[in-house]
Amino acid sequence: MIDVRELTKHFRVHRRPPGFGAALRSLVRRRYEQVVAVEEVSFRIERGERVGFLGPNGAGKTTTLKMLAGLLHPTAGHVEVDGFVPARRDAAFLQRITLVMGQKSQLVWDLPPSETFALNRAMFDVPRAQFRETLDELTALLDLGTLLDKPARQLSLGERMKCELVAALLHRPTTLFLDEPTIGLDVSMQLAIREFVRAYNQRHGATVLLTSHYMDDVVALCPRVIVIDCGRIIHDGDLRGLVKATLPDKRVSFTLPAPLPDGDLERLGTLLVREGLRATLSVGERELPGVVSHVLGTLHGTDLAIEDPPLEDVLRDMFGKRRRAAAAESAP
Amino acid sequence: MTSAPSRALRALPTLLRVGVAETVAYRAEFLVWILTSTQPLIMMGLWTAVARERPFEGYSSAMFVAYYLASLVVRQLTANWVAWQLMDEIRRGTLSMRLLRPVHPVFAYMAGHVAAIPFRAAVALPVAVVLLICSGGSTLTGSGLQVALLLPSLAFAWLISFGLMFAAGGLAFFMTDTSAVMNLYYGLFALFSGYLLPLDMLPGPLETLAAWLPFRFMLSVPVELMTRTLDGVRLAELLGGQLAWAVIATGLALGVWRAGLRRFEAVGT
Repeated sequence: MIDVRELTKHFRVHRRPPGFGAALRSLVRRRYEQVVAVEEVSFRIERGERVGFLGPNGAGKTTTLKMLAGLLHPTAGHVEVDGFVPARRDAAFLQRITLVMGQKSQLVWDLPPSETFALNRAMFDVPRAQFRETLDELTALLDLGTLLDKPARQLSLGERMKCELVAALLHRPTTLFLDEPTIGLDVSMQLAIREFVRAYNQRHGATVLLTSHYMDDVVALCPRVIVIDCGRIIHDGDLRGLVKATLPDKRVSFTLPAPLPDGDLERLGTLLVREGLRATLSVGERELPGVVSHVLGTLHGTDLAIEDPPLEDVLRDMFGKRRRAAAAESAP
Repeated sequence: MTSAPSRALRALPTLLRVGVAETVAYRAEFLVWILTSTQPLIMMGLWTAVARERPFEGYSSAMFVAYYLASLVVRQLTANWVAWQLMDEIRRGTLSMRLLRPVHPVFAYMAGHVAAIPFRAAVALPVAVVLLICSGGSTLTGSGLQVALLLPSLAFAWLISFGLMFAAGGLAFFMTDTSAVMNLYYGLFALFSGYLLPLDMLPGPLETLAAWLPFRFMLSVPVELMTRTLDGVRLAELLGGQLAWAVIATGLALGVWRAGLRRFEAVGT
C-alpha cells in the first residue's frame, strides 16, 4: 500500500543567461531559483493496483517516483510504502520495491547480464533455489534466450530493457515503480513488456505505478490514472472517468458505400478523418444514437466502430485548457 | 530478516567475483591502468643518478632504489579511484541504481576496489622483486616484527586512502564537479606522502606539516616498515597514527555520504 500526503519537493536551481560575460559574472554572483517540482501531492494506492501516472514533461512524475523509491528526500509531506518511510532506505523496504527507469541502466555495462543477476541475487540475499526458479520464469516470460551471456553494452535497446526488468524483479518485489519502461522500444517489444507487467502483477499481486509517454501502455495496463501537471494532481480516478470528464465526445468511424461530400458528413458531427470512403466523426454523447442510426439506415455505412478519443488527445486537450486558463489569469 | 552487516558479508564473495570480472573485462585498458602508478620508477631513475657518486641527504643509490620500489608496491596495493567513480555517478545520477540495493553502497564500492588488488599485486610485485634483487635487496628491513606489521599497515593505508577519496568524491553531492578538489588532493598526496621524495628530504617546516597530515600514513609508513629498522616506540607511533587516521577517514567518508545523500538530486529520468 502506498500512502502519500501533501508530498512536496523543491529544487534549488542555478540560473544564468547564455554568453561569456554571464559565465564570468556567475563566478562572482550566482542567481538561484527555487523550482517547485512537486507541490502538496496526495494519493493512496492499494496493494495489487495498477496505476498510470501521467503528465507532460517536467510535470513531476519522475520526481514523485524517486521520492517513493527513497532516492530523493521530500522537502515536505509524508510518504509511506508498505509501512516504510522510503527516504530511510531500510533494507526491508528496498527488498520490497523496485524502480525501473527506461533511460537508466542497472546492468554492469561491460559484463553479461547474468553477472548483474548474480550480483542482485547476492545483494538481495535471494536463496539460490528461488533465484533459479525466478530467473527461469522471467527468462521464459521475456524470451531472453541467449541474451544472458552477451555483454550488456552489446545488447539492443529492447534486449537491454528485458534484462533490466529481470534484474529489477529477481528479488520478487511487491511494489513496482516503472518509469517509461517501454521508451524507445518497437511496438512488438512494447506489447511484450506490457503483457509481462500484467502477468507479474496478477501472479504476485504486486502494486504497479507506471509512467509512460506511450498512452497504449497506460490504456492496456492501468484501470486507474493519476494526472499531474506543474507538480499538482489534477485528476485521480478511472481512465473512463478522465476521458468522459475531458473529451466526452465519441469517435464514430464507418465506411460509406459511395462517395459523399464532406459537407454532408459535417452536418452529423466534427469530421476528423476522411480517407476515401472511410470517415471518422467526433459526435456528442446526446447526438450519438441519431448519428449511428443515420449512418447505418440512411447512408448504408458499414464497419461502424464507436470509440473513446485516444488518451493522447484527452491529455492534450486537458493540458491545453490549463495552459490557456493560466495564461488568461496572468494576462493584465 | 537478515541484518545489514551479515547481508553485506554474505554478498561479499559475489561482489568480489564480479569486481574481478569487471577489472579484467578489457585487457589492454587494464595493463595501461596498472602502468599509470609507475611514477616511483621515474623518481628512482632521477635520484639514483643524483646519488651515483656519493650519498645525497643520507640516501645512497641503493637506498633510493629500495625506497622507490617499496613506494611502487605500496602505491599499487593501496591506490584507488573511488573519488572519480563516485563523482561521475553522482553527477550523472547513476548512483540511483546502487541506492536501490539493500547493501550499503560504500561496501559495494570497497569490494569492487579490493577485487582489483590481486591483479595490481601480480604485476607490481614481480617487477619490484626482480629490481630489488638486482640492485638494492640489502637495504630492506630484516626485522620479523616489521614484516609481520606490514600487512596491517597496508590495510590501514588502503582504508585511509579509500576513506579520503570517498569523501572527496562525495563532495560532488554539494559541488557537482570535484575534479579540482581531486587534483589538489593528488598534489598534496604526492608531496606529503613521500611519493615524490622521502619525507626526511623535505625542508623542516614541510616535514613537520607532513607529520600532521594523513598522507604519510597512506604511503610513507608502510615504505618505512619495509626499508628501515624501527624501534618499538616508533612502530607504535606509526601504526597508532595509521589507525587513528583510518578511523577519521572512515568517519569523514560516512559523514559526507550521510549529509550528501539528503541533497542527492538523482538527476536524469
